[in-house]
Amino acid sequence: MKLTLKIWRQSEQKDPGRFETHCIDGVSEDSSFLEMLDQLNEQLLEEGVEPVAFDHDCREGICGMCSLTINGFAHGPENSTTTCQLHMRKFKDGDTITIEPFRARAFPVLRDLVVDRSAFDKIIQAGGFISVRTGSAPDGNALPIPKDESDQAMDAAACIGCGACVASCKNASAMLFTAAKAGHLNLLPQGKAEQEKRVLDMVSAMDGAGFGNCRNYGECSASCPKDISLDFISKLNRDHAKAKLKKLFS
Amino acid sequence: MKLDSKIPDGPISEKWDNHRFSSKLVNPANKRKYRIIVVGSGLAGGAAAATLGELGYNIDCFCYQDTPRRAHSIAAQGGINAAKNYQNDGDSIHRLFYDTVKGGDFRSREANVHRLAQVSVNIIDQCVAQGVPFAREYGGLLANRSFGGAQVSRTFYARGQTGQQLLIGAYSALSRQVATGQVKMHTRQEMLDLVAVDGHAKGIVTRNLANGEIKAWTADAVLLCTGGYGNVYYLSTNAVGCNVTAAYRAYRRGAGFANPCYTQIHPTCIPVSGDHQSKLTLMSESLRNDGRVWVPRDESDCPKNPNDVAENERDYYLERKYPSFGNLAPRDISSRSAKEACDDGRGVGPGGRGVYLDFSDAISRLGEDTIRERYGNLFQMYERITGENAYQRPMRIYPAIHYTMGGLWVDYNLMTTVPGCFALGEANFSDHGANRLGASALMQGLSDGYFVIPNTIGNYLAGTGSGSVSPDGPEVKEVLDSVRQRVDQLTSCEGRRSSRSYHKQLGQIMWEYAGMARNEAGLKKAIGEIQNLREDFQKNLHVPGSGDNLNAELERAGRVRDFLDFGELLCRDALERNESCGGHFREEHQTTDGEAKRDDENFAHAAVWEFKGEGDTPERHVEEMDFENVKLAVRSYK
Ligand code: FES
Repeated sequence: MKLTLKIWRQSEQKDPGRFETHCIDGVSEDSSFLEMLDQLNEQLLEEGVEPVAFDHDCREGICGMCSLTINGFAHGPENSTTTCQLHMRKFKDGDTITIEPFRARAFPVLRDLVVDRSAFDKIIQAGGFISVRTGSAPDGNALPIPKDESDQAMDAAACIGCGACVASCKNASAMLFTAAKAGHLNLLPQGKAEQEKRVLDMVSAMDGAGFGNCRNYGECSASCPKDISLDFISKLNRDHAKAKLKKLFS
Repeated sequence: MKLDSKIPDGPISEKWDNHRFSSKLVNPANKRKYRIIVVGSGLAGGAAAATLGELGYNIDCFCYQDTPRRAHSIAAQGGINAAKNYQNDGDSIHRLFYDTVKGGDFRSREANVHRLAQVSVNIIDQCVAQGVPFAREYGGLLANRSFGGAQVSRTFYARGQTGQQLLIGAYSALSRQVATGQVKMHTRQEMLDLVAVDGHAKGIVTRNLANGEIKAWTADAVLLCTGGYGNVYYLSTNAVGCNVTAAYRAYRRGAGFANPCYTQIHPTCIPVSGDHQSKLTLMSESLRNDGRVWVPRDESDCPKNPNDVAENERDYYLERKYPSFGNLAPRDISSRSAKEACDDGRGVGPGGRGVYLDFSDAISRLGEDTIRERYGNLFQMYERITGENAYQRPMRIYPAIHYTMGGLWVDYNLMTTVPGCFALGEANFSDHGANRLGASALMQGLSDGYFVIPNTIGNYLAGTGSGSVSPDGPEVKEVLDSVRQRVDQLTSCEGRRSSRSYHKQLGQIMWEYAGMARNEAGLKKAIGEIQNLREDFQKNLHVPGSGDNLNAELERAGRVRDFLDFGELLCRDALERNESCGGHFREEHQTTDGEAKRDDENFAHAAVWEFKGEGDTPERHVEEMDFENVKLAVRSYK
């Protein structure tokens, strides 16, 4: 395949950045999108141009490290797919592809396509855990959990923390990410004791980190490589309202 | 180099309890005075940092990714073993211990393995309490499945994402400690050297991958939880960033490296599709519970659509050769059988390097929905990569490098031969011998991190004072300078070749001569070729840009540089181990039907390599492995 790539280049956070156009030939349909970028970088090296920086690690859709907005879509146009799992057979010979970083106020660009997503860690640190001391846990089967509840918690827990939800939201809201973690823990009996504190703290950390408000556009879930459902946002809204009320009257 | 394993006295089942009781404690008020560096944030590192932080130690935890939640433990799919015997199918701590020692082909340390089996039960409790959403039965109790190398059902799992869920559990515990300030997390930082003062580990030097800053950190102990070295083969199932640098740098500073030749080849990976390939993807071994492995009986059927190959024209070779374990034969055996079938000309897919994993029987027995429920995400992953639908057509799989059993030598306390430097999880050598059983890596990482190190580190710390080394001291400065020099060397190289091209070439040498089957001539050849390649690297490498900003080419060049040294060490170890065992198959040592033949007389030991200086031949030491509780026997899965 032969492709034209319009790629965002930015030397550092303060650099305003710009698009650069590169042509690449001989791309295999079987290669992944990131392998295509590897090939481009080898080519740039030969040409004496600095390679394009992008984040990646597992390259199997689970670590959440890869990002990229491809032709306007976070992780590209293919549903339920991370950039590392997107394969070139989904494009046509001769295509022009636009590649940008995930854009959001809370995710500053470090270089080229690499962004800083540490704001997500702040949200988890605020309450995305169950407080249990190592070694103090009761037997794993002491507390049976109905299968469907546990399955639902797993649906939420499947979030890989990539940030596509934020990048695809007009307001750059982190509501789906926050709701997935809160939902996972709040759905389980182990997580109930801290539920109210958890939702209040996580939501305020989210607001504090510079993410925008959720307006129920739904783009987040549509772009989510793990198909995290919007239902978790409704659940977080309910849990949050309840917790606020309770706090008000206590 | 002195190798004192510090195995506690007493019967095997009491060693751990005795040891915990006799271990020194650091009192709570004093814990505050100690600073501990944890390198790596996977299951071992994340669990250790969280637990030690909770105990009151001051922790600095480092990872090269942008957040600790991305560590490669996350990619483990299948599950985690524990001797809970919830299924009442005859499991016990002793059986898990026995299976692991036997599965490791009698090359692991009994006392460590027994402790692992004991602690396994606590891990499940801990993870459930953290909210890990393990699979459950309709009655609400935890579900189990069986896994290669075992005849009981003791594997706990969370869909095909067990590693992810366990890691997120550890990450959440870690985050809780970060919030309290007990753990300081340093992301996008790569350890480039170990600081030793008077022979004791007292810190590390890192490079900040985002801005290039090179910095020294001092502490009272250093925990290396940096994973395995599978990427020395270039193509492996490891994350692209996984590397041996931290462990190799510790080796150069005096930590013995044990059994580097023990590498595990995983039988069920998606075959290579072309030269562009940057990594290989594993299809969880759990698929072998319901999938049947076969190749056509006759070479001429290989190009056909597999659905058109008649039942009696198929060779279900694992079921044929290993009737009692069948498709669940251990990894090394399954992998070699696949290679044999392909060497025989009966492989399928591009290049004839693939075998079928067929679900049609399971689908007609259980229905497509059940299979989708069990493995849906894996089938989806397969389709994305290959463009094929495995519900309708058997998967193609082929073995790939997946895990490395060798690692830094550690004693029973998990301390390396450098006092104060510990190695946990895949980075150490102790628990899996020459072959790891499925669902045991997660178990070991968490065991070391949550339950072992918090109990054993006191033995070291209580005997040393805290906070004695200044970050501006001469020893620290010397290490800092040498790291700066190495980075400068890489960026000032005026050649034309990319580090990736060297990495690829190294990988080809390793896979060809030190892959699934090895022999003396090949290994010698590999050593020569690696030396030549290294020389070429030093002359012809090209790294663009500078060291003072985000520079992925520079990162790779540094890692490849260490892989070039390490690959040679691996081949040397494979050459000296003149026997076959587990994942180390020497063609000279096999039975008439092609099974690995151990030499217990001469090789029932761990080989531990000591660095002797740049360009000098390292020295080989041994720790004898005594088997008092499991009788040395020919491993048979027939
Ligand atoms: S690189 Fe890990 S999810 Fe894409």
